[in-house]
Amino acid sequence: MKCVTLALTLALAPVLASVGAQAETLKTVKDRGMLACGVSQGLPGFSSPDDKGNWTGLDVDVCRAIAAAIFNDPTKVKFVPLSAKDRFTALQSGEVDVLSRNTTWTLSRDTSLGANFAGVTYYDGQGFMVKKALKVNSALELNSASVCVQTGTTTEQNLADYFKANKMKYEVIAFAGADETVKAYESGRCDVFTTDVSGLYAERLKLSNPADHVVLPEVISKEPLGPMVRHGDDQWFDIVKWTLFGLITAEELGVTQANADEMAKSDKPEFKRAFGTDGNLGEQLGLTKDWFSRIVKAVGNYGEMYDRNVGAGSKLQIARGLNQLWNKGGLQYAPPIR
Amino acid sequence: MLGGKAGWNGIILQILFVAVLVWVGYEIVANARSNLAAQRITSGFGFLNNTAGFDVNQTLISYSGSDTYSRVLIVGVLNTLLVSVIGIVLATILGFLVALGRLSPNALLSRVSGAYVELIRNLPLLFQILFWYLAVLAALPGPRQSISLFSTFFLNNRGFIVPRPVEEPGLMPFLIALGVAIVGSIGLHYYARHELFVRGHAMRIWPYVVGLLVGLPVVAIVVFGAPIAFEVPALKGFNFAGGSRIIPELVALTLALTMYTASFIAEVVRAGILSVHKGQMEAGLSLGLSRGTVLRLIVVPQALRVILPPLTNQYLNLTKNSSLAVAIGYPDLVSVFAGTTMSQTGQAIEIIGITMGVYLALSLITSAMMSFYSWRLGKRLGA
Repeated sequence: MKCVTLALTLALAPVLASVGAQAETLKTVKDRGMLACGVSQGLPGFSSPDDKGNWTGLDVDVCRAIAAAIFNDPTKVKFVPLSAKDRFTALQSGEVDVLSRNTTWTLSRDTSLGANFAGVTYYDGQGFMVKKALKVNSALELNSASVCVQTGTTTEQNLADYFKANKMKYEVIAFAGADETVKAYESGRCDVFTTDVSGLYAERLKLSNPADHVVLPEVISKEPLGPMVRHGDDQWFDIVKWTLFGLITAEELGVTQANADEMAKSDKPEFKRAFGTDGNLGEQLGLTKDWFSRIVKAVGNYGEMYDRNVGAGSKLQIARGLNQLWNKGGLQYAPPIR
Repeated sequence: MLGGKAGWNGIILQILFVAVLVWVGYEIVANARSNLAAQRITSGFGFLNNTAGFDVNQTLISYSGSDTYSRVLIVGVLNTLLVSVIGIVLATILGFLVALGRLSPNALLSRVSGAYVELIRNLPLLFQILFWYLAVLAALPGPRQSISLFSTFFLNNRGFIVPRPVEEPGLMPFLIALGVAIVGSIGLHYYARHELFVRGHAMRIWPYVVGLLVGLPVVAIVVFGAPIAFEVPALKGFNFAGGSRIIPELVALTLALTMYTASFIAEVVRAGILSVHKGQMEAGLSLGLSRGTVLRLIVVPQALRVILPPLTNQYLNLTKNSSLAVAIGYPDLVSVFAGTTMSQTGQAIEIIGITMGVYLALSLITSAMMSFYSWRLGKRLGA
């Protein structure tokens, strides 16, 4: 009997212990030699694999920047594709170290999930897409429409709020995956497809004839998207937060992937602090002195990331808008590196 | 019982084993609780009283976004039950028909039934659900080009829209008349049985039964007016307003579950019928009974004892398979509760626990009902 008990205890030990010891995420990541990064199952511009299996996108670049800061190698990332409804469980259980998956920052998610948002990578808002043939010009003309939506998102609740506030009726059809949702919209099961505006532009590219569909002008919600980390490891929280701030600061300072080495030689105090030629700010984060130049050399600054993935240099062609730097009329702002 | 009597040693060992199981279970729960608390992940069942804030497109009870998550749970369970019950009834009927077809001496009928079984049971269920949903129902025209039947029934890619019955003043008298007719018919049936068994006098009661069931309600309608009126659906905006709508997700799921499970039930029934010695059939036929009567009165009751246990399995499978609904956006328990609710509240442990509990309860209730039926059948057959 003792043997049985012992065997049971041994067999269950990993199960019992698995959730507990996660305080040292940085050490875990270094020991593993890889950053585990939760991304979407394929949202062009944010995180999608190409035909060779290489992940690209704004959310992907955030993870590559973190990997560059730790390993000086942006390829040391294992991307874990997650559906909207599985994403938080994957983060809570330790399957991923950081969740960089177009996730909206809300109070309830920040408090009840045992996780923290490390910042905002993209200021988004929810919108609607309809077929041009319906001749609808405003979301207020959508009374009695059937709406396709992906389940497990803030979108579902915003949708209910919007139609209720405007006293309109609608039918909601909720699918587990983004692809099923778009397919149902395309097949005519719904009149309207709703998600974040950036997502509408991205999904429109997947439709057989993108020009037949139009994104309506109304933006019905605030959707600040950002990376999430688990509660209880402030060092890791800081690393993810400051990687993001580093990217924004780089754009502010005019440091690009191409000129990073050149800029590192600058005498200006703010450059010296960022590049670690003066002081040890990187080491205070638990990283190395050259963390800032590692990040920029790996993925460029925030503006370059934006252009390449969702902006002028991409298929999505989304204007900077709210995602412009604070001193150029947008909301992107980083606290000082000092 | 394996191993015979346990003896004191055995009993002590068994108590110890149960104690260890309880201890392990307690450890798991306690550990999960403390870890969740340490990570400040909300736990407990308080979330059930929070406002859900999202809508569901098919609800059997009234529901809106301002209701609570506990109401969402009920909505989800009812939607799962709806598709399961319809599926079980239809699959049983279809399964019996296919089995009888396969056993029929008619070569064409038996080949067609055989082909049905081999084709349907060998294709993955998820694939069949997607086939009905994406290939068949999605190919229907949009609401503005609906296929209409007498301008009252409409079929389009948003579903099947039928007139909705609305109560009229004549409803109460109509229902009373119908009730009286039913009670009268049942009384007549027992009287006829009594006559047959006690006096050996066979009565033909069906003309009276039809007369009662049709005549009384008709009299009620003539005297008190129509019991119900129909609200005819009409195109308004993007969709039809008025009338009731059967959503295509329900149709696709029910069709796929019914056809898939029927192919297994057909084999179960066929095995059951073949297990009855063919002498029984021959004896019945030689008494001058028709093939149908022999099947109904002699073969099937005996076959049922073999059929029932595996049939129960199929019912359980159908109920559990209905969770594939999530693939086509049918708002079942897994979709609205273990899907949307879970990601909105983040309380995976509680929600998965409740969901497992619901499926377990549904399965146990189904088994219990089948066991009861089987026990009653056994008593009737004197086994």
